[in-house]
Amino acid sequence: MSKRLANNIAISVLWVAAASTVFVLAWLLAYVVVKGLPALSWSFVTQWPTGVTASGGIFPTIVATVYVTAVGFVLVIPVAIGAAVYLAEYAASGRFVNVIRFAADSLASVPSIVFGLFGLAFFVYALGFKFSMLSGGLALSLMMLPLVMRTTEEAIRAVPQGYRLGSYGLGGSKWQTVRRVVLPAAAPRIATGIILAMGRAAGETAVVMFTAGMAINAPIFLTDPGRTMTSHLYVLAMEGISVKNAFGTALLLVGMILSFNLFARWMAGRRG
Amino acid sequence: MNGDTFKINVEHLDFHYGDFFALEDISVGIRQYATTAFIGPSGCGKSTFLRCLNRMNDLIPETKVEGKITLDGNDIYAPDVDTASLRRRVGMIFQAPNPFPMSIYDNVAYGPRIHGTTNKAQLDEIVEKSLTRAALWKEVSGKLNTSGLALSGGQQQRLCIARVIAVDPEVLLMDEPCSAIDPTSIQKIEDLMDELKSKYTIVIVTHNMQQAARVSDWTAFFLAEHADRPAKLIEYDKTDTMFTNPSDKRTEDYITGRFG
Ligand SMILES: Nc1ncnc2c1ncn2[C@@H]1O[C@H](COP(=O)(O)OP(=O)(O)OP(=O)(O)O)[C@@H](O)[C@H]1O
Ligand SMILES: [Mg+2]
Repeated sequence: MSKRLANNIAISVLWVAAASTVFVLAWLLAYVVVKGLPALSWSFVTQWPTGVTASGGIFPTIVATVYVTAVGFVLVIPVAIGAAVYLAEYAASGRFVNVIRFAADSLASVPSIVFGLFGLAFFVYALGFKFSMLSGGLALSLMMLPLVMRTTEEAIRAVPQGYRLGSYGLGGSKWQTVRRVVLPAAAPRIATGIILAMGRAAGETAVVMFTAGMAINAPIFLTDPGRTMTSHLYVLAMEGISVKNAFGTALLLVGMILSFNLFARWMAGRRG
Repeated sequence: MNGDTFKINVEHLDFHYGDFFALEDISVGIRQYATTAFIGPSGCGKSTFLRCLNRMNDLIPETKVEGKITLDGNDIYAPDVDTASLRRRVGMIFQAPNPFPMSIYDNVAYGPRIHGTTNKAQLDEIVEKSLTRAALWKEVSGKLNTSGLALSGGQQQRLCIARVIAVDPEVLLMDEPCSAIDPTSIQKIEDLMDELKSKYTIVIVTHNMQQAARVSDWTAFFLAEHADRPAKLIEYDKTDTMFTNPSDKRTEDYITGRFG
């Protein structure tokens, strides 16, 4: 009897622990929705902030967020995929591969504010890119690199060996096999990893604050600065300008990132 | 043995996987426009041997090949041999059907495309011809754009055969091509082999003695007499002779054991 009781208690405790994950998410979302919804309106999305309380909208910060994330995405893809293909298909396991893996893992554990500081010192000042979408995108791409590289490598390794043998057996070269069979077969999983990384990038604050700048500006050129939604949120809340609009911004941002993740899940479900 | 031409000649082949000695002193001539079957217990190195013939073993690290294998008299392990063009001439069908995750059309067109055919009309023709030769055209002609993975196992295997035929090889290596598929498809593939023989040299590995007897002209029996000893070629003869009047006791035991 007491054995059964202990068992039931254990199950209940574990269940509560598991359920609390869902609870925390639901609570956080509900909080952001309740606090942020009053700020949301069509003009909030389409208009510029005005006046000392930054009333009006956050349009330029949405543009800057999308812009800088897109730049990071474009920059990270060739490097991350190239590195992953090399690791998964070409490199014989050895010292060099271990060094690359270790570097990627270390990069993944670097605090984002350090990427920001590095971006500020290197891209903004040393290379003279100033506060710009380019500086921000470069810094974000560094942050996304290990993530995209790892998920891409795993996606490539998950491609059945039979596909490769089939291609080699027909006289395919290594590169033909990789490009025409392996990468297309791995594409859905690679895309999933990239989308998740973009969600991370879109929600990043420290990196872009130091590199894309704080100017409220709807960027057009790569050399234009721009304040992202996250940086805007930070200013609104920390300087007590408008908590209501801070939550409105937060709600939009969370909505965007959540839809990214849902889209990634949908992509992942579509494979096979 | 008669005086037919040997398409492939294997002389004193030794094969190692790292420290593991898998095949010892195999010498065998494979006749052109005939079907040669390789039989033997599981693990005796039939697949290993087959993979030596198109150098697929090169893809496995730390393997070592000694001896000589010639295709039309030319050493296929010579330093200047391009493995891609060798494998184009010596095609391979695997035990598990492995169509690419792309359309039926693209599966068949894959080989011609990587070898430089880009003309659409030409590709269309190759695809139709190859699928017809692989006895699959009737079943798939209306759905060439659907995924090759959506076919049944037996259809997938015939698709793989069509895919190989599309690059116009001279030799077909088939490693237990029928072990994972349904009886109707097996029937179709056996009929197919009979037909393809006039144009290709076929080498098949099979665990099914009846199949070996049905489809092959020549049969070779491999055996590793102890688990830690390499396999050898025990007997090689005309299939009729092997199955009715084998000269080695071990061949007889194996064949009758498998029949009974
Ligand atoms: N990649 C490999 N690395 C190391 N040893 C291997 C490898 N592939 C096969 N072997 C070993 O070589 C021997 C021959 O294997 P092989 O697959 O050629 O046998 P087989 O006759 O085709 O068997 P089966 O009838 O079960 O397919 C076996 O002992 C096997 O364990
Ligand atoms: Mg085998």
